[in-house]
Amino acid sequence: MKADWITRSRLWKSVFRHNLDDTPRNRALTITSNIFLHIHPVKTKIKALDVRFTFCLGGLSLLMFIIEAITGILLMFYYRPVPEYAYTDMKLLEHTVHYGMFLRNMHRWAAHAMVILVMFHMLRVFLTGSYKPPREFNWVVGVILLTSTLLLSFTGYLLPWDQIAFWAITVGSKMAAATPFLGNDGPFKQLLHINEYNDMQYLLLGDNRVWGNALLRFYVLHCVLLPVICIVLIAVHFWRIRKDGGISRPL
Amino acid sequence: MDIVADPQVETEEKEIDPQKEKEVFSFPDLVSREFLAIILACVVLCIWSLAQNAPLKAIADPNWTENPAKAPWYFVGLQEVLVYFDPWIAGVMIPLLIIFGLMAIPFLDPNPAGVGEYNFRDRKFSVSLFMLGFTLWFVLILFGQFLRGPNWQFYWPWEDWGVQKKAEQQLVNFSTLWGYLSVAVYFIVGLGLPALLKPSFYKQLGLRRHLISWILILLMFAVIVKIFLRIAFHVKYILVTPYFSI
Ligand code: HEM
Repeated sequence: MKADWITRSRLWKSVFRHNLDDTPRNRALTITSNIFLHIHPVKTKIKALDVRFTFCLGGLSLLMFIIEAITGILLMFYYRPVPEYAYTDMKLLEHTVHYGMFLRNMHRWAAHAMVILVMFHMLRVFLTGSYKPPREFNWVVGVILLTSTLLLSFTGYLLPWDQIAFWAITVGSKMAAATPFLGNDGPFKQLLHINEYNDMQYLLLGDNRVWGNALLRFYVLHCVLLPVICIVLIAVHFWRIRKDGGISRPL
Repeated sequence: MDIVADPQVETEEKEIDPQKEKEVFSFPDLVSREFLAIILACVVLCIWSLAQNAPLKAIADPNWTENPAKAPWYFVGLQEVLVYFDPWIAGVMIPLLIIFGLMAIPFLDPNPAGVGEYNFRDRKFSVSLFMLGFTLWFVLILFGQFLRGPNWQFYWPWEDWGVQKKAEQQLVNFSTLWGYLSVAVYFIVGLGLPALLKPSFYKQLGLRRHLISWILILLMFAVIVKIFLRIAFHVKYILVTPYFSI
């Protein structure tokens, strides 16, 4: 090999602990000595490689999440979550930031793709009976992931601060006000002395209408809390796939 | 890696295709496929992002109502359900029931068949129910997204939103007596009949699982029934009580 001196250097060897010869040992080591690849088992059943079994839906859901994280962090450089600036920042992003429109498009369309992919991943898991013992718990984790994905999309929807955003969230947050017992417009609100300043909608919006406090709350939920929840749950999800014996297959 | 097989399944005799049971190294056979899928998905996403811009309307204005104010598409189904139910049901109870109902599935389904394969034959009942719910979710989304205009009135896609629609025909309620009666009959028959018709399935489930499963199933069908009653007979409420109405 021409570039021998690279792979023989101390620097290279400090990172990669094995050489690149195609041996069974090295195939195993590629997986086990790499933190990103080691979520895979060293060996996989041929059946589990069939694209027509998983349709890659779970893996692509993860890919969309990663793309959302990368483009989202880039967007955060240009966006201020206050009513005075939010919309202007979107306009500036579209018209003055290099590749700003492309960045925003990526973030938006990957979000839509993630919702679709997660829903169809759930469908594939159901149709292959993969929620049955011993995978019950991972299905439950999955449902929470689906919910978190939807909430991520919902909280992100307000941030452009345009008419669509404002009115969609205004309609959506009315649902919080309709919560039985805990919402100002819900049944049985008298029992807990609920009014418009202490109900579920107020908790969500930090106000009884959509304005600055709501924008800030949705921003923090969207950029910090929900992504952290998703990361933890995805870690549990993947760990459990391995512990439950890998991708399901007929026994 | 050690694979701990479910002892229940292990005892079953089944023909195994030895070729399919064979293992290969994940690197490169699995990793290369994943790599390919990642590249393809990124290409599609880039083309999509070059071809279509994310929408941005005028700046948020609390004094200028957007009409219709549509939720993002994945919630439009729930918004459509708002036509047929009060907000505390459509916006709170139905989402919660869907989430907890989905979580409950593995604990309610007693049938061990069909793990790791697309198998309809041995799971006709559960697969049909799930597909019905899944389809209903998307049908409601399509309905709300493409057939609803200003004031959430019905518009065909080719109809002009500028033309005002006349208000829906006068809505009617069930009388209190008929309301309580029909709800009671629906649930008593709905919970009792399956146990009588399929005693073996009832035995397999046990009383608790039978009740939880069938209440969830009946609630899903109740949504369909209510939509039908509204469209066909202009029924607003089936059950009217001083505290809430359904
Ligand atoms: C952010 C969301 C999610 C991500 C990133 C994710 C990722 C994955 C991945 C990569 C796999 C490996 C097999 C495959 O690709 O199909 C998997 C398997 C699985 N997922 Fe998910 N998933 C998500 C949501 C869900 C949801 C919503 C459910 C169900 C309600 C679910 C239930 C499961 C189960 C039970 C398995 C094991 C399947 C088997 O053994 O065949 N996951 N998930």
